[in-house]
Amino acid sequence: MAEETPWQQALRYTNRANPYPFYAELRKTPVARQPDGTYVVSTYREIVTLLHDPRVSSDVRKLPSRAAAAVEPGAEPITEAVIELEPNIITCDPPEHDHDRRMMTRHFFGPADAPHQISDLEPDIRRIVAGLLDGMRGKTRIDVVDEYAYPLPVTLICKVLGVPLEDEPRFHAWIETALDALDFGPEAASEEMRSRLAGARRSVKELAQFMAGLLGQYAERPGPGMLSAMVHDGGPDGRMSEGVLASNAVLLLFAGHETTVNLIAHSVLTLLRHPEALEELRRRPDLIVPAVEELLRFESSVQFWHTRSAVEDIDIAGTTIPAGAPIFLVYGSANRDPQRFADPDRLDLERPDNQHLGFSQGIHFCFGAPLARLEVQVAVEEFVRRVENPRLVADPPPYRHNQIFRGPRHVLVDIDGIRD
Amino acid sequence: MRIVVDLNRCQGYAQCVYLAHEVFRLTGTEALTYEPNPDDARRLEVERAAAACPVRAIMIDRLDGAERGAAS
Amino acid sequence: MTLAATLAELVSDFRANGRIVIVGASLAGLRGAEALREEGFSGSLTIIGDEPYEPYDRPPLSKQVLKGWVPAEHTLLPRFREVDAQWRLGVAATGLDRVARQVRLADGEQVPYHRLLIATGTRARPWPNPAEAALEGVFALRSRDDAARLQRALAARPSRVLVIGGGFIGSEVASVCRELDIPVTLTERGPAPLVGALGGVIGEIAAQMQRDHGVDLRCGVSVASLEGDAAGHVRRARLSDGTTVEVDVVLAALGSIRNVEWLQGSGLAAGPWGVGCDAGGRAFDINGVVTDSVYVAGDVARMPHVLYEYQFLAMEHWDNAVFGAEVAAHNMVNLEPHYRPHLSLPGFWSGQFGVNIKSVGVPPFGDEIVFTQGSVKDRSFAAAYGRRGRIVAAVTFDHGKWLEYYARLIEQSAPFPPPPPGWDRPDVMEPVPAEFPAPGVPTAIPDVVLTGHDPNERRAEFRPRGH
Ligand SMILES: Cc1cc2nc3c(=O)[nH]c(=O)nc-3n(C[C@H](O)[C@H](O)[C@H](O)COP(=O)(O)OP(=O)(O)OC[C@H]3O[C@@H](n4cnc5c(N)ncnc54)[C@H](O)[C@@H]3O)c2cc1C
Ligand code: HEM
Ligand code: SF4
Repeated sequence: MAEETPWQQALRYTNRANPYPFYAELRKTPVARQPDGTYVVSTYREIVTLLHDPRVSSDVRKLPSRAAAAVEPGAEPITEAVIELEPNIITCDPPEHDHDRRMMTRHFFGPADAPHQISDLEPDIRRIVAGLLDGMRGKTRIDVVDEYAYPLPVTLICKVLGVPLEDEPRFHAWIETALDALDFGPEAASEEMRSRLAGARRSVKELAQFMAGLLGQYAERPGPGMLSAMVHDGGPDGRMSEGVLASNAVLLLFAGHETTVNLIAHSVLTLLRHPEALEELRRRPDLIVPAVEELLRFESSVQFWHTRSAVEDIDIAGTTIPAGAPIFLVYGSANRDPQRFADPDRLDLERPDNQHLGFSQGIHFCFGAPLARLEVQVAVEEFVRRVENPRLVADPPPYRHNQIFRGPRHVLVDIDGIRD
Repeated sequence: MRIVVDLNRCQGYAQCVYLAHEVFRLTGTEALTYEPNPDDARRLEVERAAAACPVRAIMIDRLDGAERGAAS
Repeated sequence: MTLAATLAELVSDFRANGRIVIVGASLAGLRGAEALREEGFSGSLTIIGDEPYEPYDRPPLSKQVLKGWVPAEHTLLPRFREVDAQWRLGVAATGLDRVARQVRLADGEQVPYHRLLIATGTRARPWPNPAEAALEGVFALRSRDDAARLQRALAARPSRVLVIGGGFIGSEVASVCRELDIPVTLTERGPAPLVGALGGVIGEIAAQMQRDHGVDLRCGVSVASLEGDAAGHVRRARLSDGTTVEVDVVLAALGSIRNVEWLQGSGLAAGPWGVGCDAGGRAFDINGVVTDSVYVAGDVARMPHVLYEYQFLAMEHWDNAVFGAEVAAHNMVNLEPHYRPHLSLPGFWSGQFGVNIKSVGVPPFGDEIVFTQGSVKDRSFAAAYGRRGRIVAAVTFDHGKWLEYYARLIEQSAPFPPPPPGWDRPDVMEPVPAEFPAPGVPTAIPDVVLTGHDPNERRAEFRPRGH
């Protein structure tokens, strides 16, 4: 068997806690062809270039060579499961993309002349965060993931969308099952991963059905939140078809919290690993805004994205990506690219010119970024302010299996108490 | 406070609009206009907006409050 | 001491004890001053500006200020560092003596310099008939005071506004009028608005956009005269096609005139074209020889660009003022081989009728255009300009996220037409003539004549027309 490429090594579960040495190796070939025909792009400049190149498609239906190429077994079926959903904005191209995203924007952020809905959530965010911290009183050990990082974003996205919070255990299980089965690395071929796939496909279907059911209910009886509003009012751009709406709703529900959880958890973890930075933030709470940008650069919640492909031959960095080839953009590596960020492995809460790619760039720039930023800023600021003498119990903590949405499964922290 | 947006850089992501809609506004889907000298009370909002701009097009005065030396 | 050491000492001595004067206290002047300090210049710095205000930003004037959202005095530019300068605001420079190295001010003072940065920009070309221009209700738009006056006139809800000239500023003002629901007529001598900057194909799209928004657009006509009432307020415009328009506000948006009069007799290559300089911002003297002590930046500069066959270009855009000033400042406090060129691609934006129009490169340099992405019907598209088989510029309407792709193609002198996109292809993807008007013969450029017979004595000299 051929030696594993740096990319394949980076994807191994054993390297989940620290893929960065492999990324450094990977960046020596900015656009690296993998044995399965995928082109992995790891450098900042090349990623930005491709994000603005109209010959790159995000539409999974335009991956002609995917089936034909000698795809690593296992890498494919989950993508197919996604294909079974109608396209949503992350898996389609203009003009559909721009049109659908515009419709969603109005309902998510509010009217174009005063899109206040997200900034209006700040008091809610503060209240939820305060409640979670109050709940830790009297404890000496907490799990930052289960008790802090997860409940906040999931509560908020449910509220914004109008998904009943009571359904959280069900959709949480479906999403977990799907995420745990998604693997792009050498381990995808293992018995273990193969056996997870069937369950994952079932979960994606159930999630889609759940969403369709909810939309159906809202069609009969309007309710709170964005989804009901979208079912009833198409606005100037018309109404979204049921299937497309359901698919985008699944995307929002899932992207709306899985990423944010990881950023909050990673932020706490990173700060506990950098006591000087933690102390600095405690002394100067106003640093929270640049700090969250740096934390996202440092540990990117979406390590790479996998649905792009070349529609035409593309010459880049001395390589030609042939038409039809899948393209992976490794944001987590670009954000540590020394050609772009001075001393990239150093955490610098006041890093100047911190134009990271944590939320990507171009037309697929993260839809929920303003909400995510607000949540994480408040969550990290309050954690730093209120938690007394937090100490990491295990370093590195255990990680979740998923490679794209990379984050710790648990972050156990010993604490001395909760300040007011 | 004083700000300027480099509208050559700006790509109309509207992040600033969602975070500080009293200061930044879109006309249509992409054309950004803004209040170049917003009230100091909006500082946090504006700083959040500047940090959120994907292309770092929003630039904030670094001498706010300090002596500018120019008679105004 | 070696020559290199002597030169290094010269540079550091200049940085510590030199005397720099900047004329023009606006975008280029301010960013130039900041860049000088950033470069380590700690000598004496004087900034001379004829406007009484500290530097402010002009682009908002024709947009959010006119709309009445932002007061004109809210346009002060942010500062990025201390400049520790003597500010001489409200006083114009009236002359330059390059032998004595002095700038003469309107109040009679002489300001000595070792190095000079010219950043006097441009002013609005006034309505040519002075009596008509003096009518109440006739405006031009360049300064913050101009904008405040015009804004007040619009706030008074005139019955109709006449905009003379369909360039960017004229079109933006027409757009604001429509947003304020004020009737507006726009006259453009050419076949469509924006033709000078973007050509007839895009101009036609802009024309349709204006009409859809209710602008009474009259192309191919000019304004013959303006007429006032007994009180001296403008009431009517007579057009070249014999029609009249009843109006009570007129904006003359006739383009710009470069502020070079104060340089008369200075022996610099200064004229209606601006001040000629090299790509490092070093001014040429009248003979086309580069000077060592005089630099130029911003709207008033005209310099060669490698990507455009070294043609001399005046780029009256915001980013050109910023980058040009930074480059000039760097070169003012350095010597060869540390000079830096101003090579960034020109770019501009214009917000009008709810559409963000952006461009990179030099569109008028192209003779063909091809639509590359999106839909003309939806006014959401990208198009590329080509010349002799290579791409030289691009324009987007509400497609700004794609512009940097085209910028990269232009920088690489990539083939024209560019490869087709993978999706969202326009209906027609054949290049067509871009339809730029033939460059008009400027009327006010004086002849340059050569004097002297001995090759060592040959010199250029300006001879005003009519002699
Ligand atoms: C209404 C308006 C809208 C615009 N919109 C856009 C836009 O959307 N996009 C874009 O890219 N660009 C736009 N521009 C152009 C942009 O503002 C200019 O490119 C920029 O201001 C150039 O800066 P400058 O410093 O070179 O010149 P200026 O801003 O013209 O400054 C020159 C300064 O020098 C002063 N001066 C002149 N002569 C003398 C003298 N003898 N002594 C002392 N001082 C003197 C002038 O009064 C002025 O203050 C717009 C301009 C205007 C007027
Ligand atoms: C820290 C938190 C988050 C991070 C790091 C993050 C990151 C990203 C990234 C990198 C992309 C681009 C994917 C691509 O390459 O195409 C993206 C897209 C997207 N994100 Fe986020 N995200 C976060 C939070 C959220 C939230 C809270 C929501 C929803 C409320 C959300 C919704 C979306 C959607 C809908 C897209 C697709 C946009 C499009 O294709 O036009 N994200 N996100
Ligand atoms: S966030 Fe940045 S790119 Fe987006 S509209 Fe605001 S200034 Fe422009």
